Order: sequence, then C-alpha cells, then structure tokens
Amino acid sequence: MGIRIALAGNPNSGKTTLFNLLTGSNQYVGNWPGVTVEKKEGKIKNNQDVTLTDLPGIYSLSPYTTEEIVARDYLIDEKPDAIINIVDGTNLERNLYLTTQIIELGIPVVIAINMMDIVNKNGDIIDIEALSGQLLCPVVEISALKGTGIDEVVEMAIEIAKGDPAPIKHNFSGEVEHALAHIEEAVVHDMPPEKQRWYSVKIFEGDKRVIEQLKIPPDVLSHIREDIELAEKELDDDAESIIINERYVYITKITEKCYKKAHKGKLSTSDKIDRVVTSRIFGLPIFAAIMFFVYYIAMQTIGKGATDWVNDVLFGDWIPSLLERFLEPSLPAWLYGLINDGIVAGVGSVLGFVPQLLVLFVMLAILEDCGYMSRVAFVMDRIFRHFGLSGKSFIPMLIGTGCGVPGIMASRTIENEKDRRMTVITTTFIPCSAKLPIIGFIAGALFGGSGLVAASAYFIGVAAIIVSGIMLKKTKRFAGKPSPFVMELPAYHLPTVGTVFHSTWERGWSFIRKALTIILLSTIVLWFLLNFGFENGFGMVEDVDNSLIAKVGNAFSWIFIPLGWGNWKTAVAAVTGLIAKENVVSTFGQLYHFGGELAENGDELWTALSNDFNSFSGGHAALAGYSYLLFNLLCAPCFAAIGAIRREMNSAKWTWFAIGYQCGFAYLISLMVYQFGCLFTGDYKSHIIGLVAAVVALAGMCYFLFRKNKYNENHLLTK
Amino acid sequence: MTLRDVRIGKTCKVTKVHGEGALRRRIMDMGITKGVEIYVRKYAPLGDPIEINVRNYELSIRKADAELIEVE
Repeated sequence: MGIRIALAGNPNSGKTTLFNLLTGSNQYVGNWPGVTVEKKEGKIKNNQDVTLTDLPGIYSLSPYTTEEIVARDYLIDEKPDAIINIVDGTNLERNLYLTTQIIELGIPVVIAINMMDIVNKNGDIIDIEALSGQLLCPVVEISALKGTGIDEVVEMAIEIAKGDPAPIKHNFSGEVEHALAHIEEAVVHDMPPEKQRWYSVKIFEGDKRVIEQLKIPPDVLSHIREDIELAEKELDDDAESIIINERYVYITKITEKCYKKAHKGKLSTSDKIDRVVTSRIFGLPIFAAIMFFVYYIAMQTIGKGATDWVNDVLFGDWIPSLLERFLEPSLPAWLYGLINDGIVAGVGSVLGFVPQLLVLFVMLAILEDCGYMSRVAFVMDRIFRHFGLSGKSFIPMLIGTGCGVPGIMASRTIENEKDRRMTVITTTFIPCSAKLPIIGFIAGALFGGSGLVAASAYFIGVAAIIVSGIMLKKTKRFAGKPSPFVMELPAYHLPTVGTVFHSTWERGWSFIRKALTIILLSTIVLWFLLNFGFENGFGMVEDVDNSLIAKVGNAFSWIFIPLGWGNWKTAVAAVTGLIAKENVVSTFGQLYHFGGELAENGDELWTALSNDFNSFSGGHAALAGYSYLLFNLLCAPCFAAIGAIRREMNSAKWTWFAIGYQCGFAYLISLMVYQFGCLFTGDYKSHIIGLVAAVVALAGMCYFLFRKNKYNENHLLTK
Repeated sequence: MTLRDVRIGKTCKVTKVHGEGALRRRIMDMGITKGVEIYVRKYAPLGDPIEINVRNYELSIRKADAELIEVE
C-alpha cells in the first residue's frame, strides 16, 4: 500500500493552492460522508504511490464545527502516515495554534511555512531552524503562489512518514501536566504511547465526543475530575480555557524567539485597501457596484449570451435539425420523440446552464480568492443573521433573480452548514428569469398587464425568504448549537489563475455530473407521461387530454380546489414547470390547443384562461390566478435546480425536505391568499372549509414566527 | 468594560472571555485569550459587526459577541 498524507491548515493559508500544485489535475472531489463538506484527494504529481487528502480548513481541533469534526475524525480514525501542516507565515501566531494541536496526534508532521515571498518582501524574519527546534518537527519554507519549496515538502513528508512521530513536548504549566499525567495513567495507558497525549488533553478539556467515544467508567471519570478541578482552582479558569490560554502563551514564547517583524504598526497595502472598501461611507456603494458587476457579467452579458447560444442555437436548432435529418426517417415515432423531446431536451436544459454557471464561478472564485467574499459577509451580516442566513447568502439570492441553479450553487461559499442549507432551501423563492413568463402571462390574462403583479412577485419572494428563515431557524433541524460569527478577514491579494480555474472547473463539473442524472431521468418520465396514454388502446397520444398526465392531473387536481384552481389543466401546467418554469406557459398553449406562436394568440389564450379561472373559482378569476401564480413561484423549482439542491445538500433526505418545504409553503401561501381574498370580497359561504384551513394555516405560521426559540435562547447570556 | 464599549482606533487588553460552548471556544481559538491586545479598527457599514486586529490579523465579531469579552 502507498503512503497516505493529510494536508491540514487554517482557512486562507494557501492550502487549496498547495493542494492543486501538489496533485495537479490528478484529483478526486467528493464529500465527507454525511456532511456537505467537500473532500478532495489526489495522487502527488510524479509519485503515484502517495495519496494526499485535503482536510477542510480549520482553526482548531475542537468538537464544535462540522469541518473540525471531519478533520479530526479523519486524522484519528484513518491515521494517515504523515501530515503536512501548512502555516501562513504572515499570520504565524494563530496558525501555530492549530499546529500545537496537530503535533499531539502522534502522527509525523512536517510544517510548511507558506507565503514566504510576502514575509521576505515585508522584511520580516522567521528563524526556521529555531522554530523546528522548538516544535521538534521539520519545517520547510514555501510559497505556494510562486511554487517554491514544494518538492522539498513532499520529500520531507515521505521521509517522515516512514519514521516515528516527533516526541511530545510537555509545554503546559505544572498544574496541567500533573493532571494530564494522572489522566494518562488512569484512562489511556493501554493505548499506543504516541496517542496518549492527544486523548489525555482532550479528556482534560472535557471534550464530550472523546469522552463518549472512550466510554470511561464513571468512577474513573469522577476520579480524574478531581485532578482537573484542582488545576482549574489553582489556575482560576475552566479546563478548556486553560488549555487554549496555555497554548497561546507557549506560541508567544516561540514566536518571540523565532520571528522578527520589520515594521511594527505600519499599514500594509491590504489594510489600506480595506480602509476604503469596507468603510462606513464607501462600503455599501462599493459593495453594490461589485454585486452589480458580478450580476451583469454572469447573468446579463457574457453568461447570458453563452447560455442563450447553447439553448437556442445548439440545442434549439443545430441538434434538433441534425436529428430530424438523420434519425427521424429511420426511427419509430416514439423513439424519435424520446430522443428529441425527452433526452435532448433534458440534456439541453442542463447543459444550457453550464456557460452561465462557469462565468459565475469564475467571478465567485475571484471574489473568494482575492479576499472580498469575507467582506461580503462582513457588510451584509447585520441584515441576514436575523433569518438564519449568512451575509454571504446575499450572492445566491442576487444570482437567483437570474437563475436559481447558479444561485443554489453559489451557496457553496458559505462556510456554516446550517446557513448554507437554509440558503439552498430559500434561494429559489426569488423569481428567476424563467418565472417571468408565468408572471407576464398571469398579469396579462387576469390583471390587464399590470406591472404591480411583477413587483409583488419579487416582494413576496423576499418575504418568503424572511418568513421561512425565521420559522425554520426555530425548528430542530436548524436550531441546536448556534453558529458563532467570529470570522477572519483575510488580507487582500491578487487572485491566481490556477486557483480560479480549478475552483471553476470543479464546481462546474460537479453540477454537470450530479444534475445530469436527476434531470435526465425526470425529464424522460415526464415526457412519457405527457406523450403516452389511452387513445385507441395504450400508445402515443395526439391529444394531451388523453395523456397519462391528464389522468394523473384529474386524480390529483382536487387538492388545489381550496386554492381556487382545482382543475387538471392548471395542475398539469404547474407540473410541467418542473422541466423548466417557462414551460408552464407553453403547456397552456398546448392544453388550450393554441399551437404555434403564443404571442400572436396571446389575447385569445388569455380570454380562455380567464374564463376558465372564473369558472373554477366561482367568479374569482383574479384571485385564483394570483394564487396560481404564487404557487408556481414558490413551489419546487425546475429539475435542474432540484439537481443543484441535491448536489449542495449531499443528502437525499435534505433534498426531499427542501422540496417538501417549498411545496408545502407555496400551498399554504396560495391557500391563504385565495381564501382571505374571497373573504374580503364578501364571498365566504361557498368556501367555508377552505377558509377554516386558511385560518389554521395562518395561526400555525404566526405561532412559528413568534414563538420563542426553545433551542438556543440562552446562548448569548453573559453568565 | 467589554470589547463592545471600546471606541474605534483604541487598543485594549483582554481580561476575561465569558460565554460558553462553541461560541466561547471559537472566540478563544481565534486567539482572543487573556492578556492579548486588541485594536478596534472599525464598524461594518451597517454598524455591526466590528472589525478588530488581534495577533496581527483582522477578525470580525458581532457586537453581541463582543460583549462577552471583558477588557481593560
């Protein structure tokens, strides 16, 4: 078996750049089991025996964040042969804090001091020899940006992987070391000697995960508690803080010996940039300008142009005409239909998003790599935190006005898992450009083309996000441990082409791979339901009225009676919106047998629809139409977006939860709008059951909105 | 006095970190420990969070959380 090396380090330490340098294109990207944290592995370039695992960027090996748990579980359970600990040389103290924890794991460690080019440029001096002597492990100077020192790190890592881990240094205070010695003796003396240190420190800290895992007998536990309490008393602090404090004290001692800063207190270029970019006066205008620019490039100009080309020319013209020429004459009609309307349309609807996605990912990668992304969270945090979202959720929502697929994918930049999931669930409430035809259609048919309908759609989209955020964050799924917002604002630097390229490619490819399967399958199923049925026996149908989906629609349309549009045509049109939201409109065209260009027949179709809505709802066409519009805006998005949700959630359960929540929420909102609307127009007698349901829904929603959050109400109490 | 009360441009010294669990651990993990000096650089454009400099790097922290940090 080959050598396995883990790459560990702080976020923003250049870890990803180093990983890309070491492995090149030889990477496998996946997820850590059960969580949405990305897992990357790769073979070292020119040395296929060595597997490198990129651990999530972490500040500590505490048991609190998903990233930290994933990283430490891997290090302890999988026990790699060596660890490369990348350390940002411009931010030595905080980076070495993680190092002091990593070297306790009993695994050989090599420390790679990164950003040496900047350290040297600033005139600062890091005494590598002294540092190595203090930490008792090899230290290598590198610059991932310039590519220096890289081979040396790999050689060193391979060399130490064959040897023993570094000896443990007893660097805590006498009281703590005393307690640690007792713990080692009482609990972990059966373990291999190199592992004892890590476990005894964790037990001292009172790390719940470790204590549960080791199943320490209660009498032993209470025995060691005495030692711990003694140390706590003598040092006048709790055990966890004692350890953290002493680590930092130890690091300060080391850096005093090994690190000399040239100009103390001088403002760096990054500081100067930040003074303007996030200042009180210019902060918001600059933020708005950058966001507009990102949106303009990705959604309007380059991204839209490329996507339109793929949709309209490649999949709208070239491929269908090729198929028509070569396949139509020789294939049976159903197979041709399957290929053309099912597969090609399905694949096309996925690939159509790709150019736009890639442009957006380039923009996001640049924002992340240069350091502005953290500032986005810094600037927007105040608004978004009330809804269980991150300041970074702004970008997914903004992009979501163009298209929900890249919007959902943009949530990847949010570190906190709960914030990310919440963003994924709520992003598609914002009307995307494919929903605009539905808005225009309903506004035209029932509201005389009023612009207020569109404006209200955006307003309701934002309100839906806020309401959902407040309600969901009080549920068990999202509550629990609060997510601390103590965030590093990394120094600005120029983004590198390599990092931007890698990140863009990875995200783009992961979308194509995941989404394609779901979308393809779903489109084919829907194609089948739309095109097959009983006309003269089972087979392909000419008339949609005879299709299977009409049967299904008839069976289920009663569900929508309380919403004012309990009719199979409206129900089926809403379902076809799953392929792409603009399909809702074209489906109406088919269902009312207005073939050809919709625009020309718009008025007739509008009249027909308006009449129908009137008859479904007993004279409340406008209300029923508006309820229908809201349902389509808020319910489950198209298959492509569902594929993106599946990709980002990395869990079928969470995907179903998201879809279920969206549909349920859409249903209740439409129900309330229609029923209360009817009430206000004075007609309540015919809808009494629906009205009761709407009142119940409203009461339930209010309860969720205003109830106390029983899960994390006390996290801010200062003792 | 807590970190929340420190004015922009002033430096203070941490005497104690309150709070509990993940939040407190995170604050301390980021290097805000007893005795460390904190320079308050600025407030975000909307007035919250705060940007501070600690151990030679920039950190942002919400005002509500800054209240947990006792300084002098």
